[in-house]
Amino acid sequence: MQLTVEFGGGLELLCQSVKIHSIDVDVPAEKGKLTMRNLLSWIRTNLIKERPEMFMKGDTVRPGVLVLVNDCDWELTGQLDTTLEEKDVVVFISTLHGG
Amino acid sequence: MDSSGDEASRILCEIEKLKLAKSELEHRISALQARLGDLNEVVTEEEKDPSYRLPALINGEELGHGLSPDMIYRYSRHLLLSSFGVQGQSSLVKSSILVVGAGGLGAPALLYLAACGVGRIGIVDHDVVELNNLHRQIIHTEAFIGRSKVESAAAACHAVNSTVQIEEHKEALRTSNALEIMSKYDIVVDATDNVPSRYMISDCCVVLGKPLVSGAALGLEGQLTVYNHNGGPCYRCLFPMPPPTTACQSCSDSGVLGVVPGIIGCLQALEAIKVATAIGEPLSGRMLLLDSLTSRIRIVKIRGRCLECDACGDNAVFTQQLFRDFDYEKFTQTPLTRLPLKLNLLADDARISTGEYKEKVMNGEAHLLVDVRPAHHFKIVSLPKSLNIPLPSLESKLTEISSALKREEEQTNSGSGASLYVVCRRGNDSQRAVQYLHKMGFTAARDIIGGIEAWARDVDPSFPTY
Repeated sequence: MQLTVEFGGGLELLCQSVKIHSIDVDVPAEKGKLTMRNLLSWIRTNLIKERPEMFMKGDTVRPGVLVLVNDCDWELTGQLDTTLEEKDVVVFISTLHGG
Repeated sequence: MDSSGDEASRILCEIEKLKLAKSELEHRISALQARLGDLNEVVTEEEKDPSYRLPALINGEELGHGLSPDMIYRYSRHLLLSSFGVQGQSSLVKSSILVVGAGGLGAPALLYLAACGVGRIGIVDHDVVELNNLHRQIIHTEAFIGRSKVESAAAACHAVNSTVQIEEHKEALRTSNALEIMSKYDIVVDATDNVPSRYMISDCCVVLGKPLVSGAALGLEGQLTVYNHNGGPCYRCLFPMPPPTTACQSCSDSGVLGVVPGIIGCLQALEAIKVATAIGEPLSGRMLLLDSLTSRIRIVKIRGRCLECDACGDNAVFTQQLFRDFDYEKFTQTPLTRLPLKLNLLADDARISTGEYKEKVMNGEAHLLVDVRPAHHFKIVSLPKSLNIPLPSLESKLTEISSALKREEEQTNSGSGASLYVVCRRGNDSQRAVQYLHKMGFTAARDIIGGIEAWARDVDPSFPTY
């Protein structure tokens, strides 16, 4: 499945400062669908090059990271159980505190 | 010589004469302008109809909107907006807005709020103006370096609009004073720079039922949203758990492009104006994300108020007393007023002061100085003959250190071997590096206490700091 994954707010530093990634993820054959849970584990294995604890805690993102699926907070789409569709855009933004 | 000296004094004399004439002309122009203004205000209607009742026009109350003739003229461009008009401006004049933080975000926000005629503006900050603030905190000027940011910002706001009431709160916002200060205002603008303040301000807004315009900026990115407004979420709904301290970067450590907080601060003023006047759709339940490098602004839909939120949820019991007793520094593991981190990881004999290091350099002691700052820091300024190995790449550069040490030994012909010193910006990363080097067999490695900041402070005052 073709997806676009973007990192912001400093999270891009965990994947060699590349903000936008066009990726191709296999849909688990037994389920027939790809969820955010699957995508997170794929990202952790394939994109995060250093300090994975700055991205994830347990099986989800660490506190202070907003997850947006097609510009919508994943709280509104089912968090880890959100089902992804072809060409979806998933954004991970670390909240900023500076001023 | 003499003739050119005469010529110079003649020119100076002429300049003085012209300046005098110029200032006389300016005086006459402004006096005439004032007379013209008075004539326009008072006479025109009267001339058309001598029975016209003049006093009714002077008093804004009698016009039904509370705007005086001066206000009508000053804010005329607002009044000309059909969607804003007299109603919007009257609401602004009657509103009160508190801006917490007179830094990069607060600077433009305060200038616009003062300029646009918000009736009463409060400014909270405990800090003083520093030279390295001025590239982004455009409300402050060189003349105010070393003075209170609140005083400086208040003076600037007053200079723009002397009819606005400015309240100065020259103190850090804490749970002990937040309720009292924030309760005096209709709207709060969070222009702070740290995590505990953000939780504290949001919670206080929830307790007091105030809308919160929250902005943040770091590096080349900015974020903006309105919390606790029209059934929207509060900060805790979005971030129930604080981030790990390692994920919280500051402008003083990571840098910030000056115009980025400027943009976000302007947008904060805009949102505050919209909330104050109930005009338009404030950015509630939505968040604006600015990526200045790619010139992209993304507006995303965020969750609504969380029913289980500890602060504003249906069963939340967050009272004023609970707020006063809440330890935000412990909750976020971060101090409210940012103090530079001061680690103490090493035994005394694994460290030397900048003064001792200077002695060793003067005595020509064989040594290698490794600077573990990031490469772009190293490019700003570095100590002579230091070798830059950024901390994250130390592991892969151990052989480089070994060979550099050997080279140093051979060059200086020292029998006892070359010493290894490690330096960084403030003396924290250098300790981490020495700890690692000890583990990897470089048991004589020592760190320079306080880093290049201490070098500049204690040894060489001409050494640049940043």
